[in-house]
Amino acid sequence: MQEPSEPPWPPFRFQDRPGRSHPRRHGHRWQDQQAFQDRPEGEDRPDWRSHFRRHGHGDGNPLRRDPEDRIAGGVAAGLGTWRGFSPTTVRIGCVVAALVTTGWAVPIYFIGWLVIPAKGSETSIAAKARHDSQGVALAVGVASLLAVFLLLAGVLNDGSIEIYCWPQVVSVACLTLIWRNAPEGEQAGLRHLVAPLESLGGGGDNVRHGTKLRFAVAAGLLIAGLSVLISLRGGLSLLAPLGGFLLVAAAIVVLLGPWWLRIARDLLFERQARARAEERADMAARVHDSVLQTLALIQRSAEDPQTVVQLARAQERELRSWLFEGRAPGDITVTSFAAGIREIQRDAEARHGVPVEVVTVGDCPLDEHLSALLAAAREATVNAAKWSGASVISLFAEVEADKVEVAVRDRGSGFDPDSVPADRKGVAESIRGRMLRHGGSATVQSTLGEGTKVTLTMARILTPAGPAPADGRRR
Amino acid sequence: MSAAAGDRRAPRVVLVDDHGLFRSGVRAELGRQVEVIGEAEDVAPAIELIGRELPDVVLLDVHLPGGGGHAVITEVKKEHPEIKFLALSASDAPEDVIAVIRAGARGYVTKTISTADLADAIRRVADGDAVFSHRLAGFVLDAFATAPAAPDVRPSFDPELDQLTSREREVLRLIAQGYTYKEVARELFISVKTVESHVSSVLRKLQLSSRHQLTRWAAERRLT
Repeated sequence: MQEPSEPPWPPFRFQDRPGRSHPRRHGHRWQDQQAFQDRPEGEDRPDWRSHFRRHGHGDGNPLRRDPEDRIAGGVAAGLGTWRGFSPTTVRIGCVVAALVTTGWAVPIYFIGWLVIPAKGSETSIAAKARHDSQGVALAVGVASLLAVFLLLAGVLNDGSIEIYCWPQVVSVACLTLIWRNAPEGEQAGLRHLVAPLESLGGGGDNVRHGTKLRFAVAAGLLIAGLSVLISLRGGLSLLAPLGGFLLVAAAIVVLLGPWWLRIARDLLFERQARARAEERADMAARVHDSVLQTLALIQRSAEDPQTVVQLARAQERELRSWLFEGRAPGDITVTSFAAGIREIQRDAEARHGVPVEVVTVGDCPLDEHLSALLAAAREATVNAAKWSGASVISLFAEVEADKVEVAVRDRGSGFDPDSVPADRKGVAESIRGRMLRHGGSATVQSTLGEGTKVTLTMARILTPAGPAPADGRRR
Repeated sequence: MSAAAGDRRAPRVVLVDDHGLFRSGVRAELGRQVEVIGEAEDVAPAIELIGRELPDVVLLDVHLPGGGGHAVITEVKKEHPEIKFLALSASDAPEDVIAVIRAGARGYVTKTISTADLADAIRRVADGDAVFSHRLAGFVLDAFATAPAAPDVRPSFDPELDQLTSREREVLRLIAQGYTYKEVARELFISVKTVESHVSSVLRKLQLSSRHQLTRWAAERRLT
């Protein structure tokens, strides 16, 4: 459908792309049968336009369903917005139309749902559904099931109800296509409605609590219905023809049953495959975010061994914590002492590019004193990274029953504790001072040319509610 | 420690690792210091190769596709208990490492180890010593922990099974801080031989102590 250069009415676009004939054909049907007559290419368009000018003003946007404000598919709300009516008016109109047309307006509504794109989207569900051959098969299958049922019911009954039901064969087919091809947001709502059906047809992998109850209700209704039918038609005289119809039904089931079953099974397989694919995509995304990115960075900085080592170690740590500690990459909430130590490692390596070998023994929750210990350990580690010139720093933390000990050690240049440069002395004081303030202690051993070792010790304060120390191991 | 090692015959080594790239890397690096007599990439070929070549030391990856490094050790030890294993791994989930050690490996080093240290570790294992990397020392300390576990985890051990002596614990602590055996000896005013005997005794305890307890420890480690 060509969009006029100066649109005299809100453009009604199903698909602006060429070569998409189906949506357009549906579109015509929809237009022909809907209360609002739209003859798109006709010469009597001005009349049509003036008709709408009298009754309402659209918002000037193309016709779009409005999934935000919807009862079923948002078609009525979309129409209302498009033409400037209140959605409620349109909805009432739809219901009246459904009654007047003996149900034919309902499938038309569903066709509208299929072919009108949702707000903010350019493609309709129908465009997607065309490529979903399994969905089409399923739709035909479901529709044929209903048709068979109606055929049988029609023979048994006098036909006043199935006049309303026959159009629903089309509705059911459309609904199936919508269900399979609707965007994620719309599907969620539909799935909620369809879930019971799915568990019936989809096999035993998700038997719900309600299933038994539903079967009981269905059986009850079936018996009631049959008894009503029999009583209406004069009791036992019906049994003979009924037997015949049952045979016909059996024949149809034998004929089409395997096909229906296969559709149901394909559907199940497809759902499982989709779940697996999603899992793999999630995995791939994580590996991409972490490992592949790092590998790319490593390739780019291949001539700088320092950076390569640093990147490789950071990646190794992240993978390790993901694989063995179950923490997602990037998740760095520190709740325990050992996690705090690893955080120091991460920071020191990232900021100063010196590998930090961490060994932690035991773990315990953090309190304010242990946080102070962590802060002092961080100072000591950063100091070693900045000044020692060592190629690796060792960070050892052991949580014991009555105390926590941290040792930061390097095999770097070391220093003479008696002639410490002013800036380093200040930091040493901040380490020692911080420890002392929280009832701990710090010792610094350093020998020129051999390296430095900072040992930090903090007594644990065991609250009554806290973890009971291992009995018999206290000194 | 390395002074005496230089003039002795280079140990004959078999490499078992499923990463070809890593095998060739190690082979190239170790080339002059040890004699690499064969490579295998999975459990079954490794068992066959080791049985045929009878190397001094097997450098064994903890993770192998066909059953893990400990399967190789268990199988080979049945026929040739004299062959020594040094476990090597990039990933060190504690339970995997402990499983390999308990199967009979004489030590465990990480793949980030320097070539010189690796050659040294191989020689040490060939001589019948135990090789503890800082990580393994940490795991062992943790397994025989004196510390209470995290609040939601029960203590792993009955006090009776807390088998490490305080001296052994001191040695392990220093190794966990990256000390070499020589540095440990100097720090504790003991001989390197004494350090080695402490480490070997820890290794023996690790291999012989109740399987139940260590398994539980490993399981809890995974949970925390």
